[in-house]
Amino acid sequence: MTQANPVQALDDVHRLLGHPSDLRGHLNAHGPLNVPLGRNGSWQQDLVTSLEASGLNGRGGSAFPTSIKLALARSAGRGGSVVVNAMEGEPASDKDTLLLIRTPHLVLDGAQYLGALCHAARIVVCIPIGRDPVATAVNQAILERARNRYAPVREEIVRPPGRFLAGEESALTNWIESARPLPVFRPDKGAPLRLGGRPALVHNAETLAHIALIARHGAGPFRARGMTEEPGTSLVTISGDVKYPGVVEIDRGTPLWDIATRSQPVASVQALLVGGYGGTWVGPGHFGTPYAPIALRTIGAAAGAGVIAVLGETSCGLAESARIARYLAGQGAGQCGPCVYGLPAIADDMARLARGEGSGEDIVRLHRRLDQVNGRGACRHPDGAVNLVRSALAIFAGDVAAHGQGHPCRHWRKPTSLRFPRTVGL
Amino acid sequence: MSGMRIRIDPVACEAYGYCAELLPEAISLDEWGYPIVDDRPLDSELMALAKRAVRDCPKRAITLLDKTSG
Amino acid sequence: MNSTSLWYATRASGIVALILLTLTMVLGLVTTTRPRARNWPGFAQQEIHRRISIMAVVFVAIHVFTSILDTYVHIGWLAVVVPFASPYSRFWVGLGTIALDLMVAVFVSSLLRAHLKPGTWRAIHWLAYASWPVALIHTFGMGTDSREHWVIALGALCALAVGLSLAWRVRAAAKRRASVPTTANHLVPLNPHVTTARTRGPL
Repeated sequence: MTQANPVQALDDVHRLLGHPSDLRGHLNAHGPLNVPLGRNGSWQQDLVTSLEASGLNGRGGSAFPTSIKLALARSAGRGGSVVVNAMEGEPASDKDTLLLIRTPHLVLDGAQYLGALCHAARIVVCIPIGRDPVATAVNQAILERARNRYAPVREEIVRPPGRFLAGEESALTNWIESARPLPVFRPDKGAPLRLGGRPALVHNAETLAHIALIARHGAGPFRARGMTEEPGTSLVTISGDVKYPGVVEIDRGTPLWDIATRSQPVASVQALLVGGYGGTWVGPGHFGTPYAPIALRTIGAAAGAGVIAVLGETSCGLAESARIARYLAGQGAGQCGPCVYGLPAIADDMARLARGEGSGEDIVRLHRRLDQVNGRGACRHPDGAVNLVRSALAIFAGDVAAHGQGHPCRHWRKPTSLRFPRTVGL
Repeated sequence: MSGMRIRIDPVACEAYGYCAELLPEAISLDEWGYPIVDDRPLDSELMALAKRAVRDCPKRAITLLDKTSG
Repeated sequence: MNSTSLWYATRASGIVALILLTLTMVLGLVTTTRPRARNWPGFAQQEIHRRISIMAVVFVAIHVFTSILDTYVHIGWLAVVVPFASPYSRFWVGLGTIALDLMVAVFVSSLLRAHLKPGTWRAIHWLAYASWPVALIHTFGMGTDSREHWVIALGALCALAVGLSLAWRVRAAAKRRASVPTTANHLVPLNPHVTTARTRGPL
């Protein structure tokens, strides 16, 4: 399957990518599942300790400490569900898709370990409509596991609609419960999600794969990679003005530039979009920032969905940001006024700016709208859009000045280098 | 200072705007008619109006929180 | 009270109730969400709507009680809640009963609003759209004063008021729907853009 890098040394067993995808190969590489029958208390305690010691946090965008999330779910009762979030609504992200096609057993094992800790009744794998290859691969894996009586907790697949927000965790449980993929207003963030009256523990697919490795091999190998404060590896999808877009597994703490260069940018790079389409543009002065939540936070960015998009010199940052704003405006749930009205208005302002039709007043109004829309939805979707636009206005300030005076750069008409599921006009 | 704060459920809210009429000191409207809430605790003189705003909202979108919750 | 006084009280309170119910409908219909006229106190209109509805209920109560207590014709207590249970003018009194039952449902559900799901409350409140026209038809069907010119004029005025208010409301709702930006209305699933795992080249 891998075209270039074959599976290398022994230490590669501790990485996410490069493993066999069938059950037998998986067991040869990692050993048996080893969840004791009757759920032995000391085994549970050891696993909980390992997860805490590992310092693992969510790889789906929240970066929330996994051990805390687990503790909340465990205290909420038994018989609940472990939900595998493989929705990957972020258009620039492929990592979960890749992981589930290549190593479904690792992800499913991670869910089994959590299921054992929470006394869960079922594992629900959420794969969006339109990603049939992923569903096929996971389905095959589940059947293989069932045939070999391998999985203690029942595993099933559901197919929610492929909308951007359908992967937001409360929207996901809402859809499973009532067929409406709409985020729920949750002012009390500490309260765990519920499904059918029982607790639901929702995790990104990559996080679960890490959990499976930590459970098998302990926290040590996980912590051996990456940084002390931010251990382990992460999957990152690289796209944009590059020759070889794709997914890489990197040690946390790798400088952004070193990650981007692995895909061979086609031109001189003017900015990197870090985190996803709700993420942050980063300028050349910060290309050396380590890829780790703590370091990224100091420059106002976050790892997000594990996305780095490369913007070359021959692209217009404002035009690409305007397209992202337009895309995000169309992907809201339609529930909250500031998002329903505000995001399209912001997208309109950005489009005008990109085309060179904006004025100083437009820019002032745009900033006011960004302030007004931020934080006023039920979920963080508008916040992501605001974050993206604000960082664009800051990083591409030179362009803003020029476009705002009616002199747009000649690149705004160039077709987009970013990935969108349908054509996004300006 | 009563110490109570206003919270608005953005999903339920449909921009009737009665809350902003009753409590302009704490609630203003954005350009699309949706409420922007001042996060500070309410003065006690405003409590009666705040309770009325809670009762009058056709969508039950507004609630009052005391210091301990939220 | 002699029968004649009761009879007048029934008729008068009925007319007043009809006017108050019409006003209630109009005030309930002619509301918008923001943005609306800057100086129009929406909350006050809602309060007036509520208070007039209470007055309407009071006058309907007077209308019903005086009609039962009047022994000149026999209607009976049962007919207050059960439609078409009155020996006298079975059909037209029956319509009045239906209008009353619906009105009570609307009123009680509003009193208990805090304990009902918003969808439930709303569905019951919409019964008002059935209650009011039935009350209007009952007024004219009973026949007592319905050939008087002023009563006919009043009835026409009430019908016009509610008709115009309803038209206004429908149009305002359509305008509101149309004002939602179209980019926000894309409830279409994403097209698949990644169907194969991709790692090309030296990664």
